[in-house]
Amino acid sequence: MIEVISEARCIDCGICVDVCPTNVFDADEHAHPSIARQSDCQTCFLCEAHCPTDALFVSPLSGPAPEGSPLRDEESLAREGRFGEYRGWIGWGHGRTPGSRNDRNQVFTLRLRALRPPEPAAPGSTTAEKEGPRP
Amino acid sequence: MTGPERVRRSARRPVAVPPRVDVLVLGGGPAGTWAALAAAAEGATVALVDKGWCGTSGAAAAGGNNLWFVPPEGDARERAIDTRTREGGFLTDPGRMAAAMARTWDAVHELAAAGYPFPADQHGPGRYLGSLQGPEYMRLQRRRVRRAGVLVVDQSPATELLHDDDGAVVGAAGVHRQHGNAPWTIGAGAVVVATGGCAFLSGALGCNVDTGDGALMAAEVGAELSGMEFSNQYGTAPAFGAETKGLMYQFATYSRADGTELDIGGMGRPALQRAMVEGPVYARLDRAEPELHQKMRWSQPNFFLPFDKMGIDPFRERFGVRAVLEGTVRGTGGIAVPGEGCATTVPGLFAAGDAASREDITGGITGGGSHNGAWAISSGSWAGAAAARSAVGRRPVGTPRPAGRAGLRPATTARGEAAGVDAAGVVAAGVVAAVQSRVLPLELNRFRTGAGLRESLAVLDPLWEEVVDSLAPADRPGTHSRQAAAMVAHARWMYRAALARPESRAMHVRDDHPGTDPAQARRLRVWGLDEVTVAPASAREAVIAS
Repeated sequence: MIEVISEARCIDCGICVDVCPTNVFDADEHAHPSIARQSDCQTCFLCEAHCPTDALFVSPLSGPAPEGSPLRDEESLAREGRFGEYRGWIGWGHGRTPGSRNDRNQVFTLRLRALRPPEPAAPGSTTAEKEGPRP
Repeated sequence: MTGPERVRRSARRPVAVPPRVDVLVLGGGPAGTWAALAAAAEGATVALVDKGWCGTSGAAAAGGNNLWFVPPEGDARERAIDTRTREGGFLTDPGRMAAAMARTWDAVHELAAAGYPFPADQHGPGRYLGSLQGPEYMRLQRRRVRRAGVLVVDQSPATELLHDDDGAVVGAAGVHRQHGNAPWTIGAGAVVVATGGCAFLSGALGCNVDTGDGALMAAEVGAELSGMEFSNQYGTAPAFGAETKGLMYQFATYSRADGTELDIGGMGRPALQRAMVEGPVYARLDRAEPELHQKMRWSQPNFFLPFDKMGIDPFRERFGVRAVLEGTVRGTGGIAVPGEGCATTVPGLFAAGDAASREDITGGITGGGSHNGAWAISSGSWAGAAAARSAVGRRPVGTPRPAGRAGLRPATTARGEAAGVDAAGVVAAGVVAAVQSRVLPLELNRFRTGAGLRESLAVLDPLWEEVVDSLAPADRPGTHSRQAAAMVAHARWMYRAALARPESRAMHVRDDHPGTDPAQARRLRVWGLDEVTVAPASAREAVIAS
């Protein structure tokens, strides 16, 4: 879930408010945007991707980070290079190459297809998903 | 800081919506954007309205698609149809499968021409076209839609459809959730519902926007659904989060808390999920050769991002895994689209993407990102074009009426009994929690029994009555009460359909009927809200035709 809006990095552009698919942020006329509805955050990291100044940190936890967690501590996150990580991977931002140029998903889909066991042939025969041995 | 050239957000106003367009598209994910492009290409005036933001909204934006992308050469497409027909439990439509592959092939070349930065393959730069990265794909789709002259209205969930005296759909209404829930109404010659499936707010990656709103709206005007028993797809996620990206688990080995290795290979979903019912399961991606690691990271950056943020090396360290319900988003049930151009059973209403049933191209097994991605492109394109053609010269008969009920206009308020019902009566969060307790657990939904299904319905049926009676819009931005109502409706549809299929087929597993019954190789329609009815699709088509 979204945990941090960096006071130092945020330029009040409001893009996070606009793009959040679950409407987590509120705009504020006199301050930075606020995390108004954290419980609605779906941890999709798309606000991080769209933030032009790497001011947001979305923790990977599906619930709020506990009090005192480094996932809520701006200084420690900055030290670890945790701001703007996703944006870097997808290659958004001035002078970067789109990460999609390095997409090699076909390697993994082909490998998976090669691993797949042969399917039954007769119509209506057992087509339920393959069950492995029960533990 | 507020200067004339720098207007702060809060001072902005909602986009002014036109009173009437030819085609109204609800939903701004892949299917909605392809529908809007196709309708605009037919010369229609088009508005696209999204609950979230067209560009980040929809399951594909957060994930991406390894598309069902099959070249026209040789017999590749015939073989793909043959394989899927068998795997999908003999419920697919070969004609639509062929058409979907053809349309997807063309559409991806359109994306390449529009500038999507595809990777190189052995034939040269920008040549491998089979995979779309979500953020890049949807950013481009937003740009294309706007360039095509489509009016995009973001952060404005539709709450209900409007229908006329003939029962035809003639528009929709909703709210601008970032502007005090200010209401909007748009009349339309045709409406395309592309609002996604229903993942029951499970947290599955990018799926919390998918709360089944479109199917609820469609059912309220009399639309039928199909394949709702195939609604129990679960993704594998690290236990600390809900990142349901499955492909990399092909490299996983699994173990128990005490370190005992489980004899489950790769993605091995059913066996893995059986093991999860019995106790905690751990994974490690130790079957991936080190020279693949960097390729894996570039291909699925947001699979690895959560591990990096947690300080876990998934190639070397064990991490807990869990199953997260993806419902009809990666299941296959949805609004039935038997008509030309993905027309529903209601005039003026079309459906596309995960809001529609995907049995035509993927049967009863998950379409994952691949078939579902191809379906979003093709069904969107077909629905948009057909909606534009059907909209020509269509005007409402009589006065358009709003069709919304549960979670919007509680019966008690209609009877004048209660004001401020939300405080006194049911609240949306409580309804969501009650539904989730019956649909999220693997032992109730993944592995079904007749007794378990009936027990769940004994909870869900009275819950629906409560919702209809007293669930009111809450005093917070958005449409939470409406989403909660849609989830209750979906749970009842899927369990009624599951009861009506006493066999195991594809993803639908009945532990009390483990075999597949050849006599049941046919689709099931489900319809209704207060009373839910299930019947074979063939019988239903005969009734409608007569």
